[in-house]
Amino acid sequence: MSTGRKFADAGRFLISGSGTVYLVLIAIFAVIFVNNAGFFEAGNLLLFVKKAAPLLILAVGQYFVIVAGEFDLSVGSLVGAQVVLAALLIDGEEARTWPVILLMLAIGAGVGLVNGLITTLLKVPSIITTLGMMLVLFGAIRLLTGGAPTGKLSDGFRVLGNKGIIIESVGVVPWALFIVIAVGVGAVFLMRSSFGRTLVAVGDNEKAAGFAGTRVWWVRTAAFVLSGLSATVAGILVGGYAGLTSQVGDGMEFVAITAVVLGGVVLGGGRGAVLAAMAGALTVESLFTLFTQLEVSSTLRPTAQGLIIIAAVAYASRERSRRHTPHLSTKPAEPNGHHPDRVLKESR
Amino acid sequence: MRASRLALVGLAAVTLLLSACSTDTPTETPPGDQPAQTADGEWFVRADYDRELAQRDIAPEGDAAKPYLQAIQPEWVDTAKFKKDGGDATVCFSNASISNPWRVTGWITMQQQVEVLKQSGDIGEFRVSDAGDDDNKQISDIQAFVTAGDCDSIIISPSTTATLTPAVQAACDSGVPVVVFDRGVQTDCAVTYIHPIGGYAFGADAAEFLVENLEPGKKVLALRILPGVDVLENRWAAAQEVFKGSGVEILGNEFTGGDGAKIKDIVSQYLQRGDVDGIWMDAGDGAVAALEAFEDAGKPYPVFSGEDELTFMRKWKETGIKAIAPVYSNFQWRTPILAATMILKGEQVPKEWVLPQSPITATELDDYLARNADMPSLHYAKFGGEDLPGFPDAWKDR
Repeated sequence: MSTGRKFADAGRFLISGSGTVYLVLIAIFAVIFVNNAGFFEAGNLLLFVKKAAPLLILAVGQYFVIVAGEFDLSVGSLVGAQVVLAALLIDGEEARTWPVILLMLAIGAGVGLVNGLITTLLKVPSIITTLGMMLVLFGAIRLLTGGAPTGKLSDGFRVLGNKGIIIESVGVVPWALFIVIAVGVGAVFLMRSSFGRTLVAVGDNEKAAGFAGTRVWWVRTAAFVLSGLSATVAGILVGGYAGLTSQVGDGMEFVAITAVVLGGVVLGGGRGAVLAAMAGALTVESLFTLFTQLEVSSTLRPTAQGLIIIAAVAYASRERSRRHTPHLSTKPAEPNGHHPDRVLKESR
Repeated sequence: MRASRLALVGLAAVTLLLSACSTDTPTETPPGDQPAQTADGEWFVRADYDRELAQRDIAPEGDAAKPYLQAIQPEWVDTAKFKKDGGDATVCFSNASISNPWRVTGWITMQQQVEVLKQSGDIGEFRVSDAGDDDNKQISDIQAFVTAGDCDSIIISPSTTATLTPAVQAACDSGVPVVVFDRGVQTDCAVTYIHPIGGYAFGADAAEFLVENLEPGKKVLALRILPGVDVLENRWAAAQEVFKGSGVEILGNEFTGGDGAKIKDIVSQYLQRGDVDGIWMDAGDGAVAALEAFEDAGKPYPVFSGEDELTFMRKWKETGIKAIAPVYSNFQWRTPILAATMILKGEQVPKEWVLPQSPITATELDDYLARNADMPSLHYAKFGGEDLPGFPDAWKDR
C-alpha cells in the first residue's frame, strides 16, 4: 500500500463515525495544551489516567451491551452499591479485602445475569429492566445502610484505585493504568473472537443472527454479565481513588453511555469499535478537565457538555449515513432486504 | 429506523443533560432563611448575617452539658392550652429524608430519644413518614397525619421552605401543637421552630479561620456541593463577606456534588496550575478526598475548613494539619422530641429555639475524637447522644 493511500485511509477513518472521537479528543487535548502545558507532564498525565480509569472500564462494559443492541442503565447504581457494600463489609479490616473483592465480582456478574435473563427471556426492554435494577440496587443499599453509607474501606482495597508503582524517571504509575490496559486488550481480543463477532451480529440483526444459529439470548446475557463485571472493576477503582462518599457512582451510567456513543458506537447495536468507546470515555473525562482549566462556570458546564456531545454524535451519524464506510471488519455481511434501514438509506 | 436512531441519540443526549443537571439534595440541611427581600445579594441578607454572627457570641441559656436543651435569647411561649394529661402521647414525625449521613446520624439520635420517653411513659406511639426528599410526598404525609386525627403533636422537618409552608399551616390549623425543626417555613404558626444558629455562622466560622491563618495574598479554593440551595448559598455568601477585603485570594469556587472522585480531580487540577494554600468547604463531605489530592501531588497540606464528620476529623488528627471543623449542630434532632413532650406537659418552650452552634477547634479535637472513638465513618461528632441508653451500639451498628 502506498503512503498516499495510507494517509487517505487514515483521513477517511478520522472523519468516519468511529474516527470522530479521536479528532475531538485531539482537539480537546490541543486546547488543554495551549491553556496549561503542565498537564502533559508525566506525573499529571498519570493522575489524569487514574481519575479517568473507572469511566474507561465502565465504557467497555457498556460497549458490550450497546453493541448487542441493548442498554445498561444500572451500572452507576451498581458502582455505588458495590463501593458502599465493600465499605460495610470490610469496615477497615485488611484481611477482608480480597474475599470482599471476590464477593463484589460475584455480585456484579449476578446483577448482569439477572439483567440479561430478564431482558432476553422475559422480553422486557433492557431500558426498563436496567432502570428497574438501578432503583432496586439504590433501594437495597438504602435499606442495608439505613440511608447513608457507613463502614470504611481498607487501605489494601484502596491500593488499586489510588496507588501505583514507582518507575524511574516517570513517577508513580498507577495500578489503574495497568488495569485499563489489561481490560482494553482483553476487550479487543474478545471482540475479535467468534463471541465478539456474534455479539455485533446480534446487535446488527437479531433475526438474521438467530437464523444463522446464534443463541441470541445467551449472547446478550453474556454482554450484561460483562457489563456487571466491568461496573464492579470500576467500583473498585473509584472507591480506591476517592474513598467512600455517599454520592459515589451517581450518574455514571449516563456518562458511560455518552462515552460509548461519542465513540461512534451506534445505539441500537451492530456497529462500533471498543477502542473508540474507550476513546469516548477519555474524551468525556478530558472535557471535564478542560472545563475546569478554562474556568467555565460550574452552572454552565452541563449545557456546554451537552452541546458538544450532541454536535459530535450528529456529525458522526451524518458521516455514517452519507458515506456508509464498510471498513469496520467487525460488521457482518449485510443481508440485503432483511434490513429496512439499509434499504431506505441506499435508495436515497 | 433512521428516525428512531435519531430519537435514541436524542434520548442519550437528553439523559446526559439530565444526569449532569440532576442535583442531589444538600448533604446538610441547615435552616431555611426566609427568601431574601431586602437582600444585598441574591443569597445575602445583611440583617440575618449580622444576627447570626452576633448569636455566636451570646451565651445560651440552659445546662451546658445538655446543648440540645440550650437556647439562645429564647422568647418563652406559654403552652398550657396544649397540656394533655396521662402521658402516652402519639407523636407524629414527617421527615424530609434520611438521604445523607448527617440526617442519618440525627435520625438515630432522635429514635434513641424516643425510646427514653417511651420508657418513661411520655410517648405511647411514635409515627414516622419519610418523604424521600419529595415535596409532594411530604405534603401528603403531613395531610395524612392531620386526617388521621390522632396525633397529639406533629413534628416536621421540611424538605423545602416555600413549598411546605401551606402544609405546615394546615397542620397548625388542625389544632395540635406543631414543632418545626432544621429548615424553616414561611409561617410562624408552629409552637416552636428549632434550629442551630445557621448557615451564615457556619460559612463565617470557616472563612474567619482561613483568614486568620493565611497571610494576605495566599490562595483559597472553595469547594461547594451544588448551586441554588439557599441554605448552602448562605454559607458561601457569608464566606465571601469575610474574605472580602481580607487580602486572601479566592482561586475559584467549584461545585462537586459532594462526590469524592470529583473533589479529588478538581483539587488535583488546581494544584497542577499553582499552589493552593487553603480550602473552604460549604459541607465537609469528601474533605478527605481533597486532602488526598495534596498528598498525590506531593504538595504541603492546606489550611482547611471541613465539618465535624468523623472521617475528616480523624484525617485531621492523623496529618496534623491546620484545620477547623465548623458544625451544623446535629444534636438538634434530639430537641424536637423533647420539645413535643414539654409542650404536651404544658411547659414553656422558646418560640424560636436557636440552639448553640460552635465549631470544633484544634484544642477540642482530641476530646471529640475520644468521645466518638467507637463511632463509624460518616458520623457527626456533635451528635449529642452520648448520654442516651442506646449509646454507643445504636450509632455503631447503623
